[in-house]
Amino acid sequence: MIKVVENLKVLYRYRVLVQSLISRELKARYRGTVLGFLWSFINPLLLMIIYTIVFGFIIGPRDPAFGDNRVLYALFLFCGVLPWSWFSSSSIESANILMIQGNLIKKVLFPAEVLPVVVVTSNFIHFLFGLPILLAAKLLIILFVPQAPPFSPYLVLLPLVMFVQFVFSLGFGFLISSLTVHFRDIKDILSNLLTFWFFATPIIYPMTFPAVQNSNLFRFFLNLNPMTHIIQGYHDTLFAGRPPDWLHLGGTLLFALLLFWAGHTVFDRLRDSFPEEV
Amino acid sequence: MYAIDVDNVTRIYQKYSARHRFQTFKSALLKGDFLRALRPDELVTALDGVNLKIEKGQTFGIIGENGSGKSTLLKVVAGIAKPSSGRVRTQGKVSALIELGAGFHPEITGRENVTINGIMLGLSKKEIQQKFDEIVRFAELEEFIDAPVKTYSSGMYMRLGFSVAINVNPDILLIDEVLAVGDASFVPKCLDRIDDFRRRKKTILFVSHDLPTVAKICDKVAWMKGGKLMMVGEPKRVVDAYLQDVTVKQEEKFEERSKTIDLEQKFEEERRENRWGDRAVEIKKVRLLSLKGVEKHVFAPEEGMVIEMEVESPALVKDFVFGVGVFNSQGVACYGTNTSLEDYVPVSFRGRGKVACRIGRLGLINGTYYLDLAVHKKDGYPFDYHRNLYSFLVSSTDRDEGIARLPHDWSFSPKIRIRPPKTGGKARVNPSTPRHECRGLLRVNPEPRFSSPPLKAGLSVGERVKKAETPGNPKNAVKKNKKR
Repeated sequence: MIKVVENLKVLYRYRVLVQSLISRELKARYRGTVLGFLWSFINPLLLMIIYTIVFGFIIGPRDPAFGDNRVLYALFLFCGVLPWSWFSSSSIESANILMIQGNLIKKVLFPAEVLPVVVVTSNFIHFLFGLPILLAAKLLIILFVPQAPPFSPYLVLLPLVMFVQFVFSLGFGFLISSLTVHFRDIKDILSNLLTFWFFATPIIYPMTFPAVQNSNLFRFFLNLNPMTHIIQGYHDTLFAGRPPDWLHLGGTLLFALLLFWAGHTVFDRLRDSFPEEV
Repeated sequence: MYAIDVDNVTRIYQKYSARHRFQTFKSALLKGDFLRALRPDELVTALDGVNLKIEKGQTFGIIGENGSGKSTLLKVVAGIAKPSSGRVRTQGKVSALIELGAGFHPEITGRENVTINGIMLGLSKKEIQQKFDEIVRFAELEEFIDAPVKTYSSGMYMRLGFSVAINVNPDILLIDEVLAVGDASFVPKCLDRIDDFRRRKKTILFVSHDLPTVAKICDKVAWMKGGKLMMVGEPKRVVDAYLQDVTVKQEEKFEERSKTIDLEQKFEEERRENRWGDRAVEIKKVRLLSLKGVEKHVFAPEEGMVIEMEVESPALVKDFVFGVGVFNSQGVACYGTNTSLEDYVPVSFRGRGKVACRIGRLGLINGTYYLDLAVHKKDGYPFDYHRNLYSFLVSSTDRDEGIARLPHDWSFSPKIRIRPPKTGGKARVNPSTPRHECRGLLRVNPEPRFSSPPLKAGLSVGERVKKAETPGNPKNAVKKNKKR
C-alpha cells in the first residue's frame, strides 16, 4: 500500500509531463483531419444515432423505464454508451500503450505508469466532450417529450460516478498494460472480452427489464459486474434523475480501489522487465 | 565526492522465448497465477560486478566491442535500467543522450515536440520557453519548427533531439554513440558543445567507437569487455590496450583466411584469373612476417614487414626476376619493385629456396592492402604470377590521409602559439622515433577486393605498377626505381 502511495507521489511530480502528454495525445489524434476536434463530438453522436435506429426502431424494446418512448430510449442508450466507450477504448489503448511508446521506456528515464494514466485521462477528456451533447439532447427531449424525466439536483453526483469509473479504468489499465507486455495474446482476448462485457452490462437494456428481473441468475451475474453499477450510476444521475444506489456504488468504489492496488502492484513488479520486453 | 559512483553493479537480462511465453500463458491461465509464470528461461549477464567512480568535472570515456555492456552501463547510470545487484549513485541532474528524439510524436509540430521532449528530460515549461529560441537556432530548424516532425529528414530529427537534450543543461551528461549519425557540419558543432560542457566542469560519460575522439576529449577511459571493466586509466593507454586486444582477434581472423589460401587446392576458379605462368619456377608458399620473424597480418604504419616466398624450380633456370607489388583496396599501386629493376643479376637457380623482401618501415596509412608476387623472366614472361592473393591490414589510431606515410616532423617559430598533442599523443612520424607497437583496427575499407585494370600475362610487377598509375592522379606518384 505504501508503495502505491509513493508511486502516486511520483505521478504527481510528473504531472506536467502527464498534462503535456495528454494534450499531445488530444492534438495528435485528429491532426490532419478536416473536422479536427469536432470529431470528439461527432463520434458519440453518430454512435447514438446508430444505436437508436438499431435498438430503438428495429428491435424496439418496451420498458416502463422510458415509457415505451423510442426517443427516450435513445437518450437512455446514450447515457450508457458514452461512459462505456471511455472504458473500452482506454482498456484497448492501455493494452498497446507500452509497446507503442516502447522507445520512451527504453531510451528515456521515464516513469512507465505515466502511460496508462495518459491513456485513461485522455479518453476521459473525450468522454467529457461528449457530455455537453448528451445534456443538450436531454434538454431537447425534455422540451418535446412530456414523460421525459427532468433535470434533477442529483446531477451534481455525476462526478462521483465518474471518479469510481476513473479509478476502475485506471486499475484495469495498469493490469492490462503490464501483462500485455509479456502475454501479447491479451490484446486479442481483450477485444473479445469487451464485446461480451458490453452486453453483460445494462447499457442497451435497463436492469428493470423483465427478462433480467425475472431471472435470479441474470441478476446475480449482472450485479457481480462492477461496470453494471457504474453504468447504473450514470443512468440514475443523468437519465432518471434520482440518487445512485449508494451501497452498490460504494461497493464498486471499494472494488475499484482494490483493482487499482492490484493492477499497480502487478505493474510495479513487472516494471523492470518493460525495457527488455516491449 | 564522486559525480557518478557505480558500486559493484551487476545487471542480468532475462530472455523469454516465444515458445516459453506461449506455454506459460496457457499454464498461467490454468493455474491462475500470472506472476509465477513470468520466470525467465535464460539469463544474460550484461554487467558483471562493475565498479566505477567518476569525479566531478571529468570527461569519462567508455570503449569496447559491441555487446560488451557499454550501453547497459549508461542506462544503469541514467536510471533507465535498474541494476540486478549493486548500487548507482549520481550527484546532480542527469541527462542521457541515448537515442536522440526518442519520444517525438510524428504527427505534431517540432515546436510542440520540443516542449514535450524538454519536459520529459526534466525541464519546466518556463525553462523551455526561455530556451526555446536557442534550441531551435542550434538545431538550425527555424523554418521548419512549425511543421509536423514526420516531415523532417532523419538529420533534422537528430539535430532537434540533440539540441533539446543538450539544452537541458544537466550536471551529468551521458552520451551514447549518438554523434555517429550527424552530418559533417553538425558533428563539430555537437563536439563544440560538449567541449563547452567540459570547460564548465560538468561531468560527461561518453560511450563511443570513435577512438580518436575518445582519446582526444576524455580525461579518463574505461575499457569494457563481456560486461566487465578490463581497464580504467589514461585515455591513450586504455585505447591502445583495447586496440591490442582487437588486433589479436583480427590476426586470428586473418590467419583463418590465409589458411584458405592454400595454393595447391583452393582458388581453383580464381586461379586462372589471379594466378598465371608456366610454373617453371613456382611460388610454393608465402608468409608475411614482422621484422622479428613472427607471422602476422595486421601491421602498424611505422612497423616493418618481411615478405617471404618459398620458391621451387625443378629445372635449372638462368633468367629469373622476383617481384613484389603493394596495392591498396582502391587498386592504387602503392609500391612495386623487382630484383631486375634494382639491378640484381640472376645467375642460376635449381631446387627449393627462400626469397625474402624486407621492408624496414611500411609507411602506409590505415587500410587493407593486397600483394602481387611474381617470378618471371627479364622480358616479363611469367613463371608464376600471383595477383592479389595475399592481403594485410595496416591499422592505428592515426588519422592521416593519402597513400604513403611520409616521414615528417613539425616545428613552429615562437610567434606561433600551438599546443602539442596531449601526453601520449601521436608520436610524429620521424625515422628516429621508436617503432609503434602493433595497433588494431580503426578503419577497414569496405571493399574486400578491388577490380584492377585487366592485365595481360607477361607484365612484370614493375610494369603492372606502372600500368596501374593513372596520369593526372597525383596520388599515384610511386617511385619505381628506388634502391635500398
